[in-house]
Amino acid sequence: MKYFKFLLIGIFFGIVLVKSEAVSWYRIYEMFRFQSFHMYGIIGTAVITGILFLQISKKGFIRRIIGEEIIVPIKENGFVRYIIGGTVFGLGWALIGACPGPMYILLGTGVYSMLIVIAAAMLGTFLYGILKDKLPH
Amino acid sequence: MDYILNPWPWYVSGPLISVVMALLLYYGKTFGMSSNLKTMCTMVGADKFSGFFKMNWKEQSWNLVVVVGAIIGGFIATHYLSNGSVSDLNPITIAEFEKMGFNKAGSSLVPAEMYNLEAIVSLKGLSLLIIGGLLVGFGTRYADGCTSGHAITGLSSLQKPSLIAVIGFFIGGLIMTNLILPLIF
Repeated sequence: MKYFKFLLIGIFFGIVLVKSEAVSWYRIYEMFRFQSFHMYGIIGTAVITGILFLQISKKGFIRRIIGEEIIVPIKENGFVRYIIGGTVFGLGWALIGACPGPMYILLGTGVYSMLIVIAAAMLGTFLYGILKDKLPH
Repeated sequence: MDYILNPWPWYVSGPLISVVMALLLYYGKTFGMSSNLKTMCTMVGADKFSGFFKMNWKEQSWNLVVVVGAIIGGFIATHYLSNGSVSDLNPITIAEFEKMGFNKAGSSLVPAEMYNLEAIVSLKGLSLLIIGGLLVGFGTRYADGCTSGHAITGLSSLQKPSLIAVIGFFIGGLIMTNLILPLIF
């Protein structure tokens, strides 16, 4: 039962991303061609609401169930890994039109060839794990 | 009912995505979809090849449950919460798709020309999906996060590394869509 809430959160996430068309290959293309505000609106309002939520929770108005503060994981400082890794990610995102979340969601919508993409993404993750120490970070 | 069955506007969708982030943080977890790729690598034995994958994957099982939920959510949304309406894409974009040979743009979530059976049994089609997946999987771990971890959670918590990563996402996306895709299609 302790996992049930995460199942519900996942279902909600899947429904929102399909209904918002954020899982649409066409919407991603449109975004990178600057031909529509749709995706910018989604990401923009998500970030603005997220900032509000985290600022309010910082003030102590929202606490986690067990009474602790909400903690966001802090990313290590750096530049090279974020800009290069980000660019590699962006190349793939725009090609297949799906980032990791939508890959699973699209599988659920019936795009079974997404299994190939997921397997390849696992392989890409594996290659990073192997090459990690040889890469600039 | 039409409000639910039609595609949702961006000003409804964006805040709902941040609700997902807020709920996960509230339960002491974090919104990071690409971490599951690493977890699944460990589950199939990647830890035998690199210390990077040495972890107790069972601690990440909550996130795999989110993935299962996301798959179910995708199924529910297409089968029960949609009315087959076509995406309201920019007519300029649709004209570009026609030039690329993509018909019926927006009537499905992904172009059949890339994802249907005919496409994936061709060398070109299969290669594109594999290359795209490799780039996403490699890039996301190199950058230590994807759209959920950096663009939503990282930017919401005003973290500079995430801003750099998101700028990277856009550099890569702009290069692919504007320079490379026209060469492929």
